[in-house]
Amino acid sequence: MSISQVLFTIVFLIILYFGKKWYTRVYRNIMLGKSEEIEGDEGKRMKNMLLVAFGQKKMFKRLLPAVLHLFIYVAFLFTQVELIEIIIDGFSGQHRIFAPFLGSFYTVIISTIEILSALALIATFVFLARRNLLPFMGKPISRFEKSEMKGWPKLDANIILFGEIALVTGIFMMNGADVVLQGLDPEHYHQTGSFAISSWFGPAVFGGLPKELLVLIERSGWWLHLVTVFAFILYLPISKHFHIFLAFPNVYFAKLNPRGEMENMPEIMGEVKSMMGLTTDEATPEMDQDFEFGAKDITDLSWKNVLDAYSCTECGRCTDVCPANTTGKKLSPRKIMMDIRDRATEIGEKLDSKSTEFIDKAKSNKESVLSKSNFDDGKSLFDYISREEIHACTTCNACVEACPIMINPLDPILKLRRYEILSESAGPADWVPMFTSLENSGSVWAIPDDRDAWTKS
Amino acid sequence: MEDSNSQSTFKIRQFSEVAAAGETVEYLFWVGCAGSYDSRAQKVTKAFSKILHHAGVSFAILGNEENCTGDPARRAGNEFLFQMMALQNIETMNAYGIKKVVTACPHCFNTIKNEYPVLGGSYEVIHHTQLIHELLETGKITAEGGKFKGKKITYHDSCYLGRINGIYEAPRKILEFLDVSLVEMKRCKSNGLCCGAGGAQMFKEDEAGDKRINIERAEEALDTGASTVAANCPFCLTMMGDGIKAKEKQDDVMVYDLAEMIVQNNSWS
Repeated sequence: MSISQVLFTIVFLIILYFGKKWYTRVYRNIMLGKSEEIEGDEGKRMKNMLLVAFGQKKMFKRLLPAVLHLFIYVAFLFTQVELIEIIIDGFSGQHRIFAPFLGSFYTVIISTIEILSALALIATFVFLARRNLLPFMGKPISRFEKSEMKGWPKLDANIILFGEIALVTGIFMMNGADVVLQGLDPEHYHQTGSFAISSWFGPAVFGGLPKELLVLIERSGWWLHLVTVFAFILYLPISKHFHIFLAFPNVYFAKLNPRGEMENMPEIMGEVKSMMGLTTDEATPEMDQDFEFGAKDITDLSWKNVLDAYSCTECGRCTDVCPANTTGKKLSPRKIMMDIRDRATEIGEKLDSKSTEFIDKAKSNKESVLSKSNFDDGKSLFDYISREEIHACTTCNACVEACPIMINPLDPILKLRRYEILSESAGPADWVPMFTSLENSGSVWAIPDDRDAWTKS
Repeated sequence: MEDSNSQSTFKIRQFSEVAAAGETVEYLFWVGCAGSYDSRAQKVTKAFSKILHHAGVSFAILGNEENCTGDPARRAGNEFLFQMMALQNIETMNAYGIKKVVTACPHCFNTIKNEYPVLGGSYEVIHHTQLIHELLETGKITAEGGKFKGKKITYHDSCYLGRINGIYEAPRKILEFLDVSLVEMKRCKSNGLCCGAGGAQMFKEDEAGDKRINIERAEEALDTGASTVAANCPFCLTMMGDGIKAKEKQDDVMVYDLAEMIVQNNSWS
């Protein structure tokens, strides 16, 4: 075994260890949400996943970013072939193990990857310019400059884009130097045929360099690509970039109910039915004394709401079309999703601390171990999301329509509203007359006229 | 404008009368709170009744037996009130054996169509613009008056009819029958901008911000240079009317429901 193989194996095992640990944490955080059966047609879900996630259908509402994003996305998909080869080579100490097996098809695949990588690189530069240069030139894209994008989210976006550059740089160092080495040392460097870009890029940039230096460049490119991929794998769970994986299950599990249907609350329906003396065939869930309605924290939301939050890549298309946000109100659907994610992460971190200070005193005894069910840190989602934000929503569904990966920011907003009204008896004072009027007269306005007065005038 | 405010030529029947007479009608015309009480929306209610009358569509209303569907209560978060309204309405409708419901309010439309079934109320629910379109297509009514012919008109998609229930074409087809020159706003169909009233916003002051949503939408409508804004929702009607008034254009630009446009076009009194 060479040093390189040993080193590779060690790095691989480290990534596997931390990867498993950190991905499991995100899964645990998502499952902090209430369990909820996702019902409905699996075929339709699969179709959604193919069209919307795999096929990027909803991205194409905005053509230019869609095309640029497509370059990076397709490059990502195809580069997996090269990545698999790199991993096998890494373990086995071989060089370009697929080349002899695949023959001229190998040339085609690597050439495709090269062309896509070049396009992805262009897209990456445009994306970097869009986020960093345009504001500098006084022409910012407003959705990247909202208050929730200050600090870490902005840095996160740039880290990802620099990561892309490193990935592509690695590929061209590796392939470019390889092409030159194939001429110098055909015994060790398999003749791969002519690669679309490296066959001219390699000789043009690396031609005439001494063999030792070429080998160094080739190996550096190989390691750069590999280490960047590994770094990405570990980085994803703390980054918005997690969407590259989560977009798929997120679209698959997106609800198929009519968009206009708010989730029914069977406990309240049962209560009202018995109040009205209506007999029910089916058993309705009993209402608990200290039952709380709606959501005030992650554990009251559905796991799907939390999956939505971790899938969000902060593109801000939702916020860009939100009538409240675009007229200067505080509500930003993207911020709602980021807040849910950040709160879920906070709870996760506190659970991991195992500190007894987060145990709800009422639910604990001396032997209690901190868990999801007895967790209480004295905070809630309302420490992240203000009342003003949830009160500003018109339920117009523009955010729901805009999301390229079928995140629903409206659903948690309405659950927070339910908590406020049903569990706290709070909410905008303006609504009280409407509620009172509904209760007394069955109409939203307290008007003494008969409901059919219009037929007589 | 035409005399669409009078209600003299025919009688609006109530389900209680229809049932007492042992008769049946095809549609329940669900009037809604705005359609019943709001003076602006009442005109739409009357206009739509005239259309049904002229088309020979048999219908009745629930009158005082109708309650709010519960939409604003539910969206405000008040599920108790929603359930109270909804379950009462469903009791009433089921007792009359109602099969088909038509309404001129997209909020009522959405709630009865999408939220009542799980509570035990399943009906065939259509929005009045869908029925008007059908009546035009089948020749039960015509639109030959030419009052709006060639006029520059823009159409405002309500969220609850458009983006939420995917009905973009039926209202536009009505405008085709009226032979108008339709100019779309910058944001239309699935990208349509809300008027600002949904989600129980109609019943509260705006949160602090730079601008009211209805002003933003009214500006967009005015930018088209249209002389009429066509709408399909009583709340949009109020919001767009107020927005245009705030821009002091109420004398130049009218806001009409599509039903009113048909009645005016056909000079039905």
